[in-house]
Amino acid sequence: MDRGGPSTLDVAPDGAAARDRTDPRVDDRRPAPANGRCSGRATTAAIELREDLRRHLPGVEPERRLSDWGRSERIEGLVDRTLADFLYHHWFRCEVEGIDKVPAGGGALLVANDSGALPPDAAMIAKAIREEHPHPRPLHIMVEHLFAGYPGFSMLLPKLGCVASHPANVQRLLYDEESLVLLFPEGRKGTRKLYRDRYRLRRFGRGEFASSARRADVPIVSVCVVGAEEAAPIFAHIGLLKRFTGRWSFPLTPAFPHLGPLGAAAYLPAKFRIRFLEPVRVDAGGDERAALQTVAEEVRTRIQATLFEMVGERDSVWL
Amino acid sequence: MSSRRVLLTGLSTYWGGRLAEALEASEEIEAIIGVDSRDPTRALERTEFVRVGAQHSLLRRIVEAAEIDTVIDMRLIVDSGWASPGRAHENNVIGTMNVLAACGGPGSTVRKLVFKSSAHYYGCAQDDPAFFTEDMERPHPPRTSLERDIVEAEAAVADFAEQSPDVSVSILRFANVLGPEVRSSHRALFDLPAVPVVLGFDPRYQFVHEDDVVGALEHVVHADLPGLFNVGADGVLALSEVIDLLGKRMVPALPPWGTGLAAAIVRPLGIELGPEMLAQLRYGRGLDNRLLKATGFAYRYTTRETVLKLAEHMRLAPILRGAGEPYRYEQEVEEFLRRSPHVNRRRARPREGANGRAAPVAGYDDLEAGELGTLLGSLEADDLAALREHERATGARVDVLAAIDAALAGR
Repeated sequence: MDRGGPSTLDVAPDGAAARDRTDPRVDDRRPAPANGRCSGRATTAAIELREDLRRHLPGVEPERRLSDWGRSERIEGLVDRTLADFLYHHWFRCEVEGIDKVPAGGGALLVANDSGALPPDAAMIAKAIREEHPHPRPLHIMVEHLFAGYPGFSMLLPKLGCVASHPANVQRLLYDEESLVLLFPEGRKGTRKLYRDRYRLRRFGRGEFASSARRADVPIVSVCVVGAEEAAPIFAHIGLLKRFTGRWSFPLTPAFPHLGPLGAAAYLPAKFRIRFLEPVRVDAGGDERAALQTVAEEVRTRIQATLFEMVGERDSVWL
Repeated sequence: MSSRRVLLTGLSTYWGGRLAEALEASEEIEAIIGVDSRDPTRALERTEFVRVGAQHSLLRRIVEAAEIDTVIDMRLIVDSGWASPGRAHENNVIGTMNVLAACGGPGSTVRKLVFKSSAHYYGCAQDDPAFFTEDMERPHPPRTSLERDIVEAEAAVADFAEQSPDVSVSILRFANVLGPEVRSSHRALFDLPAVPVVLGFDPRYQFVHEDDVVGALEHVVHADLPGLFNVGADGVLALSEVIDLLGKRMVPALPPWGTGLAAAIVRPLGIELGPEMLAQLRYGRGLDNRLLKATGFAYRYTTRETVLKLAEHMRLAPILRGAGEPYRYEQEVEEFLRRSPHVNRRRARPREGANGRAAPVAGYDDLEAGELGTLLGSLEADDLAALREHERATGARVDVLAAIDAALAGR
């Protein structure tokens, strides 16, 4: 599928809409049909009540050290001051463009290209907002729910601001809590990409992110990251070990698996360039599914074009 | 529709007794009948108790004979630690069918059904949303027998609601209940000197205080609220936070792999870790509680305050042990108190605390001694005097009286 270059990347315009309809997790979750079981009157009453539930969000308890999502200011701050700071300033020497494209208030959906085995790009985008933005806000990073099943990861990731990428979670964060959400629409396909396929975007899922942004009525800010592919390259996938260990990916990187599990987080010092693009609003009219699919495709094309531009501009991977 | 003749199932559960007590205080409710297979656990004034079998098969006759208009079903077993799977199934599935049969049918007088269900309906899995809303279905079919029973019981209630358009059916899904009085598997876990957790997991937990359970049920009985509602206190805590607030230590003694086996090993030691609990200790669960709040219900405690209240109680427990005689139900005595012409009904069962008279300041009886300071400062001299009289007649707490006197002297 990756023989023909960027223009023929796996977009799946054919089956995407059809599959959207069959996948229950993609459906609009608020007035869901499930409730129809419990008497029609109840459903309408419930929907009327749902109209403005934002007022009823639980208040903040200042004595608490964790948020309702399990996020810990303390642990996040600790990692931010040490590891993230070192990576951002010294190891990856991040260069940021267009930070003002991230809105200072209200919800916004950030959409970025994904790379590598345990990619450092999410952490660097979060750090960029914290460092460069005039009104820094916490960023919620959407991760595979698979991590919730791994001991250790399950405990640590929520503390650092990661949230399982369930459509309902995205909706609550964007619409109800009006916060920043970072999403990698390539999903699992993006993190399993090999080094030789670097900077070539995979299919953007089924365009769920566009419908999430539309439902929550928030802008989509595209983020392009160059450097992460070289920082954590994957040369191959070891299928046998993957099957044997039952993990969803068992990559071969410069340091993994021969330097042990921590090798997965051993990054090469590539230079990071992060560019935030102009926000777009999703106004889908008419045939909603098709319109959303179009928006998703446009976002993808823009990120892809900018990535090629950025890779073309750089003189060196490392400097 | 306002309820006048109420039937409570599960009267002997903690919330059954508390709700009956609360409904007794409401004057528009003329008849309260409670059924259960066990003896009631609270002293009740005018609630009639009828013992029934676990299947509740004769309920229809009671409903017809007493012209019941409101049925509040609180009999569901939601903790696999307290009943065998077989008994739970009889009670949860067969019992629900019989309760529904008693409510429905031609010429039925029942106009309102309130069904107390559990958040176990949603299960616990790694791909759960962080907050379940009422319209979500569980992502996977139920894995444990208790969850299967709850899903089946709720489906039966939902079918009933569909078939009986003139009955207002409310289903309440409660998060894990926590409080000084309620026994539960989680309470037993927190009572251990150190709390075992699964290594590498820090699940999110949401609780609801026992007072709020009663409050939510009462709210739904008085307001007309057909539909599904989640009931869980504001705020979702990490288990580490909960254990910290309780002042306990957490011990990651359960291995992430083979947790079920480890649970089987510690069972003889008296540590009961049911299958639902193991799933919760791993993945946790949160509910979106806003729909019920939007109907006007206000929680008294957040999850954090619920845990703090329990912590307070746990510190006091060794001191208060054996202070109050637990209530024992004696049928003959209850019969005598209710039926005998020689009983002066005013004096037979003095209400705790208030002696039947209301406090001159709303909410006064709910306040702790320490919380009175701001209230006293805001009152006029007349109110203070009335309050002093009230305090002297009810609690006569020395420190409170002194505080009121001091406030009076300052006027």
